[in-house]
Amino acid sequence: MSETLVRRPPVRGGVGASVPRPDGVPKVTGRFEFLGDMHHEDMLWGATRRAWVPHARLVRVDVTPALAMPGVHAALTQDDVPGHRYQGQAVTDQPVLAEDEVRYWGEPVAIVAADDPETARRAAEAIVVEVEELDPLTDLDVALERGAVFRHVPVRRGDPDAHGEVVVEGTYVTATQDPAALGTEAGLAVPDGSGGIDLWGPTQWTHIDLKQLAACLALDPAQLRVQPCRLGGAFGSREDLSLQTHIGMLALRLGRPVKMVYDRHESFVGHVKRHGALMHYRHEADRDGTLVRVDARILLDGGPYQLTSNAVIANSTYFAVGPYRCDHVTVDGYALRTNNPPSGAMRGFGANQPCFAAEAQMDRLAAALGMDPLELRLRNALGQGDRLPTTGQLIEHPLPTDEVIRSVAAIPLPDPADDDDPLHLPGGTGMTTPRSRVVRGVGYAVGLKNLQFSEGFDDYAEARVELTADGAVVHTAAIEVGQGMVTIIEQIARSALGMSNVRVEFDHTGRIGSAGSTSASRQTQMAGNATLEAATAVREQALAAAGGDDLDDAGVWRDGALVASLTELTANGPLTHHVRYRHRPTDQPDADGQGELHVDFCVAAHRAVVDVDPDLGLVRVVEIAIGQDVGRALNPQQVHGQIEGGIAQGMAHAVMEEVLLDRGVIRNPTLTDYLLPTCLDAPHVEAALVEVPSPWGPFGAKGMAELPTMSATPAVAAAIRAATGLPLTRVPIRPEDIAVPDPPPDDPEPHPPEAGGR
Amino acid sequence: MIVTLQVNGRSHAVEVAGWESLLWVLRERLGLRGAKDACLQGECGACSVVFDGELVCSCLVMAADAEGAEVTTVEGLGDAGGLHPVQQAFVDEGAVQCGYCTPGLAVATAHLLETHPDASLDELREALAGNLCRCTGYGAVLRAAVAAQRGGAEEAAP
Amino acid sequence: MHIERPRDLAEALAGFDSHPRATPLAGGTDLMVEVNLSHLRPETVVALRRVSELQTWDDRFVGAGVTYARLQAGPFPALAELARTVGSPQIRAAGTLGGNLGTASPAGDALPFLAALDAEVVVASHGGERTLRWDAFLVGPKRTALRPGELIVGVRLPDHIPARQAFGKVGVRQAMVIATVNCCVVRDEEGATRVAMGAVGPTVLRARAAEQLVSSTSRPSPSMLEEFQRLVSDEVVPITDHRATERYRRHAAGVLARRTLERCLAP
Repeated sequence: MSETLVRRPPVRGGVGASVPRPDGVPKVTGRFEFLGDMHHEDMLWGATRRAWVPHARLVRVDVTPALAMPGVHAALTQDDVPGHRYQGQAVTDQPVLAEDEVRYWGEPVAIVAADDPETARRAAEAIVVEVEELDPLTDLDVALERGAVFRHVPVRRGDPDAHGEVVVEGTYVTATQDPAALGTEAGLAVPDGSGGIDLWGPTQWTHIDLKQLAACLALDPAQLRVQPCRLGGAFGSREDLSLQTHIGMLALRLGRPVKMVYDRHESFVGHVKRHGALMHYRHEADRDGTLVRVDARILLDGGPYQLTSNAVIANSTYFAVGPYRCDHVTVDGYALRTNNPPSGAMRGFGANQPCFAAEAQMDRLAAALGMDPLELRLRNALGQGDRLPTTGQLIEHPLPTDEVIRSVAAIPLPDPADDDDPLHLPGGTGMTTPRSRVVRGVGYAVGLKNLQFSEGFDDYAEARVELTADGAVVHTAAIEVGQGMVTIIEQIARSALGMSNVRVEFDHTGRIGSAGSTSASRQTQMAGNATLEAATAVREQALAAAGGDDLDDAGVWRDGALVASLTELTANGPLTHHVRYRHRPTDQPDADGQGELHVDFCVAAHRAVVDVDPDLGLVRVVEIAIGQDVGRALNPQQVHGQIEGGIAQGMAHAVMEEVLLDRGVIRNPTLTDYLLPTCLDAPHVEAALVEVPSPWGPFGAKGMAELPTMSATPAVAAAIRAATGLPLTRVPIRPEDIAVPDPPPDDPEPHPPEAGGR
Repeated sequence: MIVTLQVNGRSHAVEVAGWESLLWVLRERLGLRGAKDACLQGECGACSVVFDGELVCSCLVMAADAEGAEVTTVEGLGDAGGLHPVQQAFVDEGAVQCGYCTPGLAVATAHLLETHPDASLDELREALAGNLCRCTGYGAVLRAAVAAQRGGAEEAAP
Repeated sequence: MHIERPRDLAEALAGFDSHPRATPLAGGTDLMVEVNLSHLRPETVVALRRVSELQTWDDRFVGAGVTYARLQAGPFPALAELARTVGSPQIRAAGTLGGNLGTASPAGDALPFLAALDAEVVVASHGGERTLRWDAFLVGPKRTALRPGELIVGVRLPDHIPARQAFGKVGVRQAMVIATVNCCVVRDEEGATRVAMGAVGPTVLRARAAEQLVSSTSRPSPSMLEEFQRLVSDEVVPITDHRATERYRRHAAGVLARRTLERCLAP
């Protein structure tokens, strides 16, 4: 038997190898057909009429001027929705088109289809929309006062009277961040000639779209095939419907294919954003640095519709303390209803905002204790056998908080820079800053997040593996958003089958059951485990069928000899196995937010090094180092890619990315003014991967791509605080926050150590 | 109106409307959908093409003014024999994630290495600053550019 | 839409003569944004990139069609520095000096250089040519003194251009960013100093009191530089918008002007 193993070449492209993406070549040659590149003979172009007011009573919508234009085929309003008139993943509270009220700036009011996009745009403009403006609700404190609450998540753990000797308190703000995937929303709906449609739209979960779309379009789910899409990025912004219902309505009404593409301005109002947050925190510790108590109140700006806010606020609440032991915790998380743009999922899903606040608090606490900030974190680091400070869940398996902190601290610091190249200085090509005016700062932050859906959600992923004469195919409805799941599934299947000739086929909703959402860091474990089980079963089928002891691309082997080729093996049809994988069940929270609510956890620690020009308030992020828990790196190159990309998004939220809101109106809905980091802004990244296998992941792997974003933001903020000595309690940190800071408010905190005793 | 232009070595006479950009003509009139429309205001570089020898954003070229122009798009990189070295390096180094910025970045990188084969790393970074990527954080993109540059230098060596 | 693609200036001016409201198209970097966003649907366009006279750069005359990429490689350090900060390489390959003037954004990056040198803008129509000093040409935010039928031909720089010159620009990104504040300082060997500030007023402006303060001395003292910075902050008239607050712009203008002057003072 050992002879067999030695003789046969190892599986190529299995787990642990940096396998290149199967879609890499079509993408570099421009042949990869993204949603916006799709085309159909005889197709019409859709366009959306929006109301550019944040809050108004909708008095009148008149589509007749649009219909009178040559080349216009349809102009529809909410009255034309064939089925259920509201959509939403959990709660259907979002009108397909505004009904009697406009609740956010840019809300869709009507849709048109025309021969060409120019005509469609003009027709949309020609629609008469009469509104009576109302006062927009945009302030979080006011929203809370008025009870405009989507969900309140309370956490009450430990003794309300337990207190520490040293207290630090602070109020923190994170602004709204836009996912700003480079591909804007686009979609195509094609009638099938028998009353149904095929629909391609930006999604991270086709089956949840199917559920909503079938209801709104009054179709039997079997008549609607939500197709796997090819996305120019997602980051959470494709979890909620954007234009799908609209193109579906137009295609059904006209019996013709309809394509719609948002331009960038429209995209800014056409997808969900990372919730802006207002957070108040109070940390109490003993003089030796033991964290005793954390009290927090977290307000998230949900915008007007619920979407995923109910789950986002749960994450904010449960990860409010970070990866630290603490036995006495009170948190009140509120997702609030406002007339700001709709918020939803974005990389980190609610864990990022409290991470910014809680990590700033840890630094304040360290200062108050006169302790090294890393030492304070290590002293309280959450690990196996501890309980999650919020929900009380036992951490049953190794959680390498200590290791990620130590591994990032062990990465050598970058050399102090001394050159005068403007590219290496704050201000860049603007040549604002001489080296002599630069102050360097170093800051740390640690993040903790759940993997998979939580709170008792019945979550599963289906996969079917088919072995044919041409090799193995993994069927899944999981959505590849660019993160590389397609490669991971291939690798898992190869290692499980023992074959190299494996490819993934993405199926529409009519071909296979749900794979669940490509979010919550879940597909590596969910689609991955489904694939692993199905592939393992197919291998066993093959071995049993031919009485062999090994399988490879040639066929089944016994005692070193090929006993059945793939063709012989599959003469009566492919060997297949279908799996519906469920992760271990989780609890729903009790009235105090307690329970075993989560499946698995992931941690990361960041160290940011920044160069600051305090006079102008300009910042250059020099380097970010990370210690990252990955379980096991199934594809090291992709892990590094996720780390570098995630860090760029997290650091940019610290210094430039903000959806500027002025009473509900977005002031910067362009890439000219919503600044994404360029390759001169993205820092050098050093990464240390911490591989402690997860019992829940295929081959020990974890989904890891949210963490690099999460604690990058607070690490950069901490580094800027270290360079400037300013409190900087809001991100992004703007030049004026550094150069001309407002005088400190009348806040008695932070307590100096000697004054903080109880 | 009819505009005549050369794209990837082939001559085309296309009917264009006044509002159309070169990007629109490439994508919708000629079916070359490699160049992407991510911002339509020259901020993202996803529509980058080489236009009469210069790297430009094709969304900012008025199609009606492209009369007589020679244009190279991502579809014109490489040849029947395979990928352009820059394309190959992007695949090998993991510089492709969602891939929406990739065609523009590949054209920009290839153009840079052709016009400045000895560019330093900082020069590469500055030259690619007009191509936004939301996925990669640019690390792998720069590694790919350097790898392609090194490959090109080795090829040029006797 | 009707388009004319003249090959020389006479043809271009004839085009504007027959279509006085025609939209001039140079690099397209501003115009096409408006077209792409459906804000603009020009009836007649005169495309200028083939007009050879506009491509001329003859010592002190810089043609309106000279791109930022060419300015970046040119002989005047501050002009090269500012060109480097404009947009991306793609924008610099297409965008032109004439376009910057025609758009007349308060934040236009080439404008402080022209203001600091008291450059003249040469405009022409079928009827003839006229020359306007920068401040007669730039009359307000996105407003110029250009008349219907007139075309920006180029910019005439003075004979005497001090070698000591520098440009600086504050923006939140390391590159490819619209100026929060920009600044050009030129200083001759006798000490005469000119300071032009952009994005801190309806048009680019000169900080004349600050200029006067440092022009009288060959080596400004640290306290004089301090005073210079304060004067610049006093003289600018910024607004608060989505890019920065009035307070920050005022402060940053002083800091940036001082540092840009210090670069001119360096041995």
